[in-house]
Amino acid sequence: MQLEASVATAAPPAESVADGTLLYVDGVTVSFDGFKALNSLSLVIDPGELRAIIGPNGAGKTTMMDVITGKTRPDEGTILFEGGHDLTRLDEPTIAELGIGRKFQKPTVFEALTVFENLDLALKMDRRVFPTLWATLDRTRRDRIHQVLETIGLAPRLEMRAGALSHGQKQWLEIGMLLVQDQKLLLLDEPVAGMTDSETEATVGLLLDIAKNRSVIIVEHDMEFVRALECRVTVLHEGSVLAEGDIETVQANDRVIEVYLGR
Amino acid sequence: MLRLRTLIALLIVALVGLAPLAATAADGDEEVFQAALKGITASSFEEQLAAIDTLAGLGDPRAVTLLRALGGGMLQVRKSDGALVVAERDGRDYILSDPFTGEAMGTVSRRDVDKITVNNALRGAITAALSRLALFDPDVAKRREAVAAALKYPSPEMATALNKALEAEEDADLRRGMERALAAARISSPDKAERLAAIETFAGSSDPDIRSLLMPLQDEATESDPEVRTAAAEAIKRIDNRLALFRLVGNLYQGISLGSVLLLAAIGLAITFGVMGVINMAHGEMIMLGAYTTFVVQEVFVAALPPAYLNYYLIVALPVAFLVTALVGAALERGVIRFLYGRPLETLLATWGVSLILQQVVRSIFGATNRRVANPDWMTGGFELVGGIVLTYNRLIIIVFAFAVLIALAALLRYSFFGLQMRAVTQSRGMASAMGIVTGRIDAMTFALGSGIAGAAGVALSQIGNVSPNLGQTYIVDSFLVVVFGGVGSLWGTLVGAMSLGIVNKFLEPYSGAMLGKVLVLVFIILFIQKRPRGLFALRGRAAEM
Amino acid sequence: MGPITRRIGTLQGPRGWAVFFALIAIALLVPLLNLMVPAGSLFYVPDYVVPLLGKYLCFALLALSLDLVWGFAGVLSLGHGAFFALGGYAMGMHLMREIGDRGVYGNPLLPDFMVFLDWDHLPWYWYGFDQFWFASLMVFLVPGVLAFVFGWFAFRSRITGVYLSIISQAMTYALMLAFFRNEMGFGGNNGLTDFKDVLGFDLSTPGTRAGLYVLTVLALGLAFLICRFVVKSKLGRVATAIRDAESRVRFLGYRTDRFKLFLWTLSAMLAGMAGALYVPQVGIINPGEFSPANSIEVAVWVAVGGRGTLFGAIIGAFTVNGAKSFFTGWAPEYWLYFLGALFIIVTLFLPGGLVQLASRVRDGFTGGRNRGLRAARRSARATEGETSHAT
Repeated sequence: MQLEASVATAAPPAESVADGTLLYVDGVTVSFDGFKALNSLSLVIDPGELRAIIGPNGAGKTTMMDVITGKTRPDEGTILFEGGHDLTRLDEPTIAELGIGRKFQKPTVFEALTVFENLDLALKMDRRVFPTLWATLDRTRRDRIHQVLETIGLAPRLEMRAGALSHGQKQWLEIGMLLVQDQKLLLLDEPVAGMTDSETEATVGLLLDIAKNRSVIIVEHDMEFVRALECRVTVLHEGSVLAEGDIETVQANDRVIEVYLGR
Repeated sequence: MLRLRTLIALLIVALVGLAPLAATAADGDEEVFQAALKGITASSFEEQLAAIDTLAGLGDPRAVTLLRALGGGMLQVRKSDGALVVAERDGRDYILSDPFTGEAMGTVSRRDVDKITVNNALRGAITAALSRLALFDPDVAKRREAVAAALKYPSPEMATALNKALEAEEDADLRRGMERALAAARISSPDKAERLAAIETFAGSSDPDIRSLLMPLQDEATESDPEVRTAAAEAIKRIDNRLALFRLVGNLYQGISLGSVLLLAAIGLAITFGVMGVINMAHGEMIMLGAYTTFVVQEVFVAALPPAYLNYYLIVALPVAFLVTALVGAALERGVIRFLYGRPLETLLATWGVSLILQQVVRSIFGATNRRVANPDWMTGGFELVGGIVLTYNRLIIIVFAFAVLIALAALLRYSFFGLQMRAVTQSRGMASAMGIVTGRIDAMTFALGSGIAGAAGVALSQIGNVSPNLGQTYIVDSFLVVVFGGVGSLWGTLVGAMSLGIVNKFLEPYSGAMLGKVLVLVFIILFIQKRPRGLFALRGRAAEM
Repeated sequence: MGPITRRIGTLQGPRGWAVFFALIAIALLVPLLNLMVPAGSLFYVPDYVVPLLGKYLCFALLALSLDLVWGFAGVLSLGHGAFFALGGYAMGMHLMREIGDRGVYGNPLLPDFMVFLDWDHLPWYWYGFDQFWFASLMVFLVPGVLAFVFGWFAFRSRITGVYLSIISQAMTYALMLAFFRNEMGFGGNNGLTDFKDVLGFDLSTPGTRAGLYVLTVLALGLAFLICRFVVKSKLGRVATAIRDAESRVRFLGYRTDRFKLFLWTLSAMLAGMAGALYVPQVGIINPGEFSPANSIEVAVWVAVGGRGTLFGAIIGAFTVNGAKSFFTGWAPEYWLYFLGALFIIVTLFLPGGLVQLASRVRDGFTGGRNRGLRAARRSARATEGETSHAT
């Protein structure tokens, strides 16, 4: 099977292999009090790629996102962005500024601010303290926000406090924030969790649209949703990659059936 | 001249070490004693002096009362039989008593007795003699004092007395002291070998007094022999090293003592803040309430029970204080804190309000001034460990108590069912609730436990400090720092945090003064928390991201 | 600067500006009624009222500075009294030098307490304080630098919530212990006092007091506008976002530590200004101002007024201090009961403070049966999202 070949094995020196990749994760291990949340995880994402990551609870999906976005430092391993930036040495804001955006499992929008203000904060702009103090919104940026508001269907609610939005609306607002942020790589943690079927459908369209211009990693439980994405799938188990390939191949994999689907 | 001769004679006796013979010569001693009594009544001043000296040298306790009476001008001679009597004036007459037994001997008229006049020189001799005689006092404490004095003011006469006293002395400690005092006398010997030998004896000492005795021996102005000077300098150096070591031990002890106080103050917080995550700014007031409960229990004992029971009031105060503060704590949790879970800053402010009210309540009831809580007898005093390091019983007991509380608490958390429930609630409230644990009751009980421990700490702290409405305020900042420094949620961390802060504080104090030492420790902790925001014994992983 | 000036105009609505200027005018009327109206007239304001209100204004400024960091960035400082006191000491040192040879010992160079301690020269850190401009600079610089250094360490290490509160409290506690020491050269226990005049004006005359009062009103007004400008800017929205979900803001690419550091330092400087205006009006500054209890009391002023509203902080400072003056005159022993109860009641029942209460009343909220614990719990739950950042 072709699958066997793509299961990550020992990699040659990083620089050469990482060239031309957007995200290069190699041999990353994270342990909490002896428990290995990630166990020599390796993963490569190409520019423009849409990748779904699935795995049972405790497989290390969230920890993987934490490590990529700088929230958690790995005990060992390499994570390179665009072939050059070593993400294991950088903190969250720096990584965000490099072009990696993240959406949390639980929608986290700024509840005390309005929908418009939430998008304004996410808008790609100078993020230093004093420029932020003096910042004003020019027409092009305002238009961009309105454009995104239309896309996520929240235009009528732009003056509403984000805390008053419904669960699905919050999810969309967060996706909208990622859109105005204009990142090269997006990490989405269960973007359709808690959504109705019709909402899920709309979200799939939205995500496929987003994925046209950038790389997206989606962590998901929902197998139907992953199938709809029609992309490459990576299965995580106990902190490392169990299988990788398109959805049919993965679903046919015996070990995957054993640890994940068969449960 | 007579005096000088006696001196030399006695000195020779002492140096040659005739003393061992003295036991067999007890009868001879009695003769000498009787002769000396005669000498006291002699008209010649020199003879009187010699007699006093002899009496002092004999070390006969009978001489003490006699010499005291003599020094007080009350020793007289009964004209009728020439007997020595103590005469106390009563109007025109004298009431007589026996100088040795104190037995009454009737009343006589003024004319029937002759007063033995005492001048200043004699008085001096009497004082010196008495101080030598104190070496033979039946009271150990008196003897100890006498030995210490002998060490400080060595003299050949003292040497004689010391030699004599050594024969009879059974207390090993005192014997050592006496030998040392003897050597101190030898330091002033004109014989070089003698001096060197004395220095050798002292090199093993750790007494600052001996160090100062040796000082002149290393000084060119007072000591001509270079060999003696080197030996003395060497000995002083060794003493200094030992003293430095003892200072270290002393500081360590003081540090542990302070640490145990901090531990007591912080241990309740380790429960309420560490386990429950509740910032209780009224924690200090729980300590204060514990201390006031101690005061009240003491007053009840004084008022209601015979004085003999007063020694045991602390044993009653401890559980009472625990109960009182635990109840106040439970009320605080049910009445205020439970509405504020998940909002730590609000909890902080609300409990601060509670602390202000508790302070004012106590001030209204007991007044703003300090209240005295007495140490029971078994907590007063102390014993000397080595070289001037005195361990007072109250501090010692508090150290033991602090550790006992810590161990008891750790055992409770680990082995009891309540501890299990408590840990379950802290780790996963929802799950614990689903398992049928009444989380609200566990919250209240946990908080009551933390408060009760604070109350017990208050009982202990009342024994070493003032009991005032502000008592809690003095501990609150420190105890929070201990918990934060040690690592929230870790009893072990609280112990290490308290001990290290206590010890560091006490080691800094000699160099920087008490206040600056405290400031430095605070600055250190502030910097430390920057480096390790979760303290020494931090939890890692998901559990840490509360 | 065009857009900036435009923004200043939009800091508040027309009604807001009207209220703002009306309040300033009323505040400025007080010294006029004191100086111009003859005693005995109905409109006469007695002499003691002017410095008393001046003191309240300084406290209001201090509360405002705390609200900036607590209400908007969620950083509850329990050490703001330290910045206030440092500003006060900077001004006090200038006033000390102004005394010159009119002190008890008549030493032209050394303040009395130094002569008393047998010091023969001025410590180096007292140099320059004879110049008013230098002292005024230090009023901002000393608290500012301390806040910057402290905040730089604290925010960089991501110390948040109660941990920050506790170490800020430890900071002011440490400073209090230090300032109590005579060797520090700040007058030890007694602090700095017996001031004579400032810039040649006698501090004991009603004219000077009125002048200081006017200055404080203007300073408070200006500080309010500065704070308003900050919180209305995008930075203010970033701060609010940090308060509600700091880590999320980091993932958006904002260096939250620097944003907090900016607000923290600005806030400390405003607190320093409050202290500097306070000292000449009350005539003394001593280490007691550093006491942790003072700092935590400021938090209750802000909470009573309503945090995150700026003017709530001012209202709270006036309300609580007014109550304090009332109790001190009437029944001092009840003051702590009142203050303590205030802490509890506000946190349990009035998380939004008086401002929220007022707006509820205005919205036709009929209290009565909805009051009490149940309502409090409901509103507590509603604000949980906003405050859970502290964990």
